[in-house]
Amino acid sequence: MSLSSATGAGGFDPLALASAAKLTKVGTRPKLWHYLKDFAQRRAFAFTLARYNLEASTAKSSLGAAWHVVVPALQIGVYGAIFGLLLASARPANFVPYLITGIVLFQFISGCFTDGAKSITGNASLVRSLDFPRILLPVSAVVSNILRVVPLIALMLIGIVLFGQYPSLNWLLFIPDFVLIILFSTGASLISARMTVHMEDFNQLLPFITRVLFYSSGIFWNIDKMVHIGWLKEVLHYNPIHLYLVIARASLVSGYTAEPMDWIAGAAWAFGICLFGIVWFWRAEEKYGRNV
Amino acid sequence: MSDLNPATPVDGTNATPPVFTDAARKPVVVVDDIRVTYRVFASGKKVTPGNSRVKHKGRLREVEALKGVSLVAYEGDSIGVIGTNGSGKSTLMKAISGLLPIDTGSVFASSRPSFLGVGAAMIKELSGEKNVILGGLALGMTKTEIKEKFDHIVDFAGIRDFIDLPMQTYSSGMVERLKFSIAAAREHDILIIDEALAVGDQDFRRRSEARMRELASGAGSVFLVSHSMKSILDTCNRAIWLDKGIVKMDGTAQEVCRAYAAAQGAPLDD
Repeated sequence: MSLSSATGAGGFDPLALASAAKLTKVGTRPKLWHYLKDFAQRRAFAFTLARYNLEASTAKSSLGAAWHVVVPALQIGVYGAIFGLLLASARPANFVPYLITGIVLFQFISGCFTDGAKSITGNASLVRSLDFPRILLPVSAVVSNILRVVPLIALMLIGIVLFGQYPSLNWLLFIPDFVLIILFSTGASLISARMTVHMEDFNQLLPFITRVLFYSSGIFWNIDKMVHIGWLKEVLHYNPIHLYLVIARASLVSGYTAEPMDWIAGAAWAFGICLFGIVWFWRAEEKYGRNV
Repeated sequence: MSDLNPATPVDGTNATPPVFTDAARKPVVVVDDIRVTYRVFASGKKVTPGNSRVKHKGRLREVEALKGVSLVAYEGDSIGVIGTNGSGKSTLMKAISGLLPIDTGSVFASSRPSFLGVGAAMIKELSGEKNVILGGLALGMTKTEIKEKFDHIVDFAGIRDFIDLPMQTYSSGMVERLKFSIAAAREHDILIIDEALAVGDQDFRRRSEARMRELASGAGSVFLVSHSMKSILDTCNRAIWLDKGIVKMDGTAQEVCRAYAAAQGAPLDD
């Protein structure tokens, strides 16, 4: 082929060339609908990445995947001993089942939040070299937390039974509750993923935020019984994490109930945060390559 | 510079040769005057004075990686991209693939250009087999597609005996071979390869160059960034010489490689 048929600079009309050959612009953000379709088509990547990351993280330790269960079990033991003694008579009824549900579920939510924060910045080379909907990365962080929490939930149920609770049909209500938790955590993961991209310092704040949530979500104490300031009680009660714990305990631990309002508020938080997270994350899609 | 012949390197910091166009062929990539400026916080004190591409704004330094690059790639083109370190080659490739947002200008393409960068998706603690699956998924292949191509990928990389071992036990050449094999297993309309063929032994190099020519011979086009003039002369019909963020020369691979090698003080021997 000949390369000598060059025209001068004046003869170069990029827009005309591009439109004549039906070329499309590269690097523009797809419409939300196409974006989600693309995501659905490539979800296998998020799942496989989650599974393999989990496998790789324990490949070298001799206890392997057992660590995902041993660490939370130790935590429950330590918190149970410390707060059980500290709170003494102010302990919530059925303290051990109360504490186990709190710690296991909180572990999952905060795990999604913190792993989500690292999902884009921690995979910078992936983001810089391959083209895929970036939402796959924070979603993969959620998937790997789900894989980690499933054996933990099994253990949680066994623990609850060992401490005097009996399985009943009521337990089934935990399933929709866990679905709400997953939706909420996915939203939280997406929000923290974009947040860290804009502001690397967000990572430094994360442990602080999760600590505050840990103490204010009624993991080991009863907000409804111990807070006597009306408005503060409402605020703490309707904190989404607390709502999901209230519902979980109402379905798994005897002596606790959830009001219809708890379900409504919990669902509103879950769908609201998840939807906001998706849209807000998508709106920066074309920028993730630059900021990381 | 008044000479409009594109096959002459231009001088001066901001002069670029006219954009090469060919009315007879179908363009697949049109790059229209793109600029990319990196804004970085400088932590050190010293910056070479007189470096025109670094501007100071307090502690914020601006590095102009691309200062207005235009080019057109046609069907069947395989374009070598050459230039010294820091001339903007990788930035240009990332901008063309849409992975790096550009400040001004635009890139048009017949389909989204894919970067041969599958290595980033790999997890070194896991076996080669799992990495083939993960790399394939990252490239957008389906699980069935990967299964179909699995044997071909493994044999092309020549690592059948080691496929069940963790990737961290592989030699660096084996890893590079596996990366190339995964990425090249898929059909790409527009493929961008950044320094991939420098690795591997003679035999692998020959096979991968053949595969590259095959990929380019379809309706698509291939960009190859390399410091190896031999790789570029063997695989490319065209070459672009980037210098300090602008196109210094755009012409046949022979012309451009010869001019570049001469400018580097190491003329090509025919």
